[in-house]
Amino acid sequence: MTYMTIPATISGGASIFQVRIGSGEVLSAGDEADFLVAFYQHSYDSHIGSLKEGGVLLYDSDHVQPNLDDKRFIYVGIAITSLTIEALGGTAKTKGKNIFVLGLLAAIFNFDAEKLKTLIRERFGKKNAALADTALIAFQAGYAYPVEDLLANRYHFEPAAHDPNKPAQITMDGNQAIAYGLIAAGVRYGAAYPITPWTSVMEILRAELPKYGGMFVQTEDELAAVSMAIGFSYSGNLAVTGSSGPGISLKTEAIGWASMAEIPLIIVNVQRGGPSTGLPTNIEQSDLCQAIFGGHGDSPRVVLAAATVEDCFYITLEAARIAKKYSTPVFILSDSSLSTRIEAFDEPDLKNLMQNLKPDLTPRPAGFKPYPLDKITQHAPPGTPMLDGKYPVLTGLEHDETGHPTGSAGLHANMTVKRRKKLQQLAAELPLPEVYGDAEGDTLLVGWGSTYGPIREAVNRVRQSGEKLSSIHLRNLHPLPNGLDTIFAHFRRVVVAELNDAGLYGFGQLATILRSRYCDPKIQSLTKTNGLSFLVKEIINGISK
Amino acid sequence: MSTTMTLASEPAKLTRNALTAERPTWCPGCGDYSVLASFYKILEKRQLPQENIVTLAGIGCSSRFPYFVNTHGAHYIHGRAVPLATGVSLARPDLHVYVFGGDGDGFSIGGNHLEHGARKNINLTYVIMDNSVYGMTKKQTSPTSPVGFKTKTDPTGAMDRPVNPVKKLLSAGATFIARTHASQVSHMMQMMERAMDHEGFAVVHVLSDCAEFFPDAFDSANPRKGGEFKVIEEKKWDKTPEDALRHDITDEAAAYRLADHPFPGLFGVFFQVNRSTKNDLEDMLIDSVRGKMGNLSDLEILQQTFHRMK
Repeated sequence: MTYMTIPATISGGASIFQVRIGSGEVLSAGDEADFLVAFYQHSYDSHIGSLKEGGVLLYDSDHVQPNLDDKRFIYVGIAITSLTIEALGGTAKTKGKNIFVLGLLAAIFNFDAEKLKTLIRERFGKKNAALADTALIAFQAGYAYPVEDLLANRYHFEPAAHDPNKPAQITMDGNQAIAYGLIAAGVRYGAAYPITPWTSVMEILRAELPKYGGMFVQTEDELAAVSMAIGFSYSGNLAVTGSSGPGISLKTEAIGWASMAEIPLIIVNVQRGGPSTGLPTNIEQSDLCQAIFGGHGDSPRVVLAAATVEDCFYITLEAARIAKKYSTPVFILSDSSLSTRIEAFDEPDLKNLMQNLKPDLTPRPAGFKPYPLDKITQHAPPGTPMLDGKYPVLTGLEHDETGHPTGSAGLHANMTVKRRKKLQQLAAELPLPEVYGDAEGDTLLVGWGSTYGPIREAVNRVRQSGEKLSSIHLRNLHPLPNGLDTIFAHFRRVVVAELNDAGLYGFGQLATILRSRYCDPKIQSLTKTNGLSFLVKEIINGISK
Repeated sequence: MSTTMTLASEPAKLTRNALTAERPTWCPGCGDYSVLASFYKILEKRQLPQENIVTLAGIGCSSRFPYFVNTHGAHYIHGRAVPLATGVSLARPDLHVYVFGGDGDGFSIGGNHLEHGARKNINLTYVIMDNSVYGMTKKQTSPTSPVGFKTKTDPTGAMDRPVNPVKKLLSAGATFIARTHASQVSHMMQMMERAMDHEGFAVVHVLSDCAEFFPDAFDSANPRKGGEFKVIEEKKWDKTPEDALRHDITDEAAAYRLADHPFPGLFGVFFQVNRSTKNDLEDMLIDSVRGKMGNLSDLEILQQTFHRMK
C-alpha cells in the first residue's frame, strides 16, 4: 500500500511518499517507519520523529546533516546529489536523484530490477527516448552503488505464493477504482469540472468512456457539470458528476432539482480539507453533513462512503444500482487518501458484475404517471411513446402525480413523504454491517470511509494484547441501515472515529447523526483534523481516555 | 441508437390539439403566446414523431413553456437549461431538442452557459423570449433593460449598460443567430424554422413584450404601434448591383456591424455558418477510439485494462 502527501503549491514543495509492505492484509500506512529516505534537511527534521527505534535513515549527505549523537537509529549517508550528477555527466543538475535512489532501494530491498527498468522505460520513453536513457543511467548508478554490508542483507522479500484458484491481484488507486467501477456499473456519460483531488476520475473517464461508446464532458463550471449530468440521466443514461467539497457546494441547487424531479444520478465527492479552499491535498471527512443535508428544502438523497481502494470499485456498482432502483441522486464519498493511495486487491469478477444500461424506451401504457404516490418513480425518458398521448414534464416545482405543478399544501406534504419513504424502503433492505472483533464488550468503534484500515488495525492490536475491542464500518451513511441499535446494545459505549471537527457540542458529523438517530448518550466521538489520517495509536489512545 | 418503435397502429397525425397541454399561465396580451402558437404550427407542419420532441427550460415566465407543449420535457432550474439540454442532445441524437427561456435565463444567470453552449456548438435550438424585464417576480431590472428604465430594483432608472444579445452570441461562437419580434408571426416562424434546420447551436432572439410590466418595450419595432420592423436583407448571390449591399450571413464582422444598429435594431438572420458540432466531434472521437479496439465487447475492454494492472 502506498500513501502520497503533497503540498498544495504550484511548483512543488515537501512531498511525502509512504510505502507499506506486508504479506497479509495491509490496513494503513502504519504509525512508524522502518526506513526513511531524506533528500533534504527539512525532510529529516520533519520526519525523523516517525522513524522506529532501530530504523534506518538513508540521507543525502550533500544536503542533510543528521544528529548522529541520537543513537536510536542507523545512519547511512550517501552523496546522492553529487553521485547523480556524476552519473549523468554533470548536466542534470538535481534531476534524476529520485531515480538514483530508486536504484539504490532496489539493491537494498532486492527488488526486481528488470521490472523496474521496464516501468521506467514505459514512464519516460513516451516523452522521448533520451529521457528514458538518462533515467536508466541514474537507476543503474544507484543500483550498482556499493551499499554497505549493513544494508545489503538487511531486508529480504519473497514474492507471495499465488494460489491458482484465487483471482489475480490488480493494483490501482482509489480514483481509478471509482472510474473503472463506474464503467463496470454501466455508466457511459458524465460531466465535471477539474478540482483536486477529484480530477483524475474525470481524466480517466474522458479517455476511457469513448472506448465504450460514451463520453465525458469537461464543462465551463460545476453548475453546468451537474446540469449536463442530469441531462444525460434524464435522457435515460445514468450519468455521473463529481467534484470535491467546494465544487459540490456549487452543485447543490441542481442536486435539489434531481431530488425533487427524482432523477437517478451519481455524484462523487473526493473529500479534502475544508471549508473553502481549505487543505486541497489533505485528508478530511468533513463533507458528510453536506452530502446528507446540503441544499435547500427537504431533499432526500442517498449517501455511500468507500472504505478502501477496492471498495471504491464496488461502491460505485452499489451506487448505480440504488440510483436506478430508487430514481434518486446518490453520493459516493471518497477522500484524498483513497484517491492517491495504491492498493492491490483481488481482480473483480467482471463477467458477473458488468452492467449494461440502456435507456428504456418501451412505450408506456395509458395512465402512466411519472410521480405515483404509491410507487417509486420510474421515468419514461424522452423518445418513449406514451400510448395515451400524454407526455411527462419533469419539474422542480412541487407537482401532482402527473407532474402538473401545484401549490396545494396537502400535496406537498404527501409528495415530501413519497420522496422520503423510498429512502426508508432502501434502509429496510440494507444489511447490517459486520461486527469486527468481539461480538460484545466495553467499546465498539464506529468508522466510515478511509479510516477503515487504522480502525481495524487498532482492534487487532488491542485484541492481541488480550483486551476486548470491536468495530463496525458504515458504507451506507444515508439512509443508515436499520437495527444498528441492536449492535450497539452489546457494548457499554460506542465511539465514532472520524476525521472532522468535534463541533460546538463535542461530536463529529457521523456521531451527531447517530446520536440524533438513536438518542443514546453512550454514543461518543473521537475526531481529528490535522489533515492526515488516524494513526493506530491515536485511536487506541483516544478510546483509552 | 435506434428508437424505432413498432406500434399497433400508425401514429396519429400530430395536430395542434395533440400538442396542446396545460393552458398557459401567462398574462393576457403576453408576447409569449404567439411564440407558443408559432411553435405548435411549425411542429404541426413538420410532423416529427411526437415522442422524439423535447422541450426544456429554466426559470421565468417564458420558461413555463414545456408545461404548455405536450411532448417530453423538463422545467429545470434558473439559467441552467442549456447544459441540461446539452446532456440530452449529446446522448440522444434521435431527439429534437428545443430550449425556451427568457432574457434573465439566457443573458444573466445563465450567460456563461449560453457562451459555452455556443462555443461547443451543441446541436439544439434555443428560443430566447426577451421582454427586458423580470416579469415573473413583478418588475425588476433585466440584463437587457434599457438605461433609465424604472424598476423595483432600480427605482431611479436602470444604470447598467444592457447586454447586446447578438454581439454576445457572435463572440461566443453561436453558428446560427437570428432576431425577430413576437408580433411579426410569419417572420418569427421563418426564423424558428431556419434555426431548427440548422445543424448546431441555433439561437432565435425574440422580442416579446411583457403586457404587465413593460408593455410598450418594443413598440418602436412594431408597425401596428407606429414602429418600423427593419428586416436584414440577405445576399441572394445573384450578381446584381443591389446584392453587393445585402448582408452575407457568413460574414462575422458584418454581423457585428448590423448588431450595433441602435435600438430596436434589425431583424432577421445575422449570422449562420457550418462548423462541426460537439455532437459530431464526440461521435468521431468514439469512432476513432473504437476503431482501434477492434470488435471487443465492453466486458473484454475492461478485462484488458485490468490485465494491464496485474
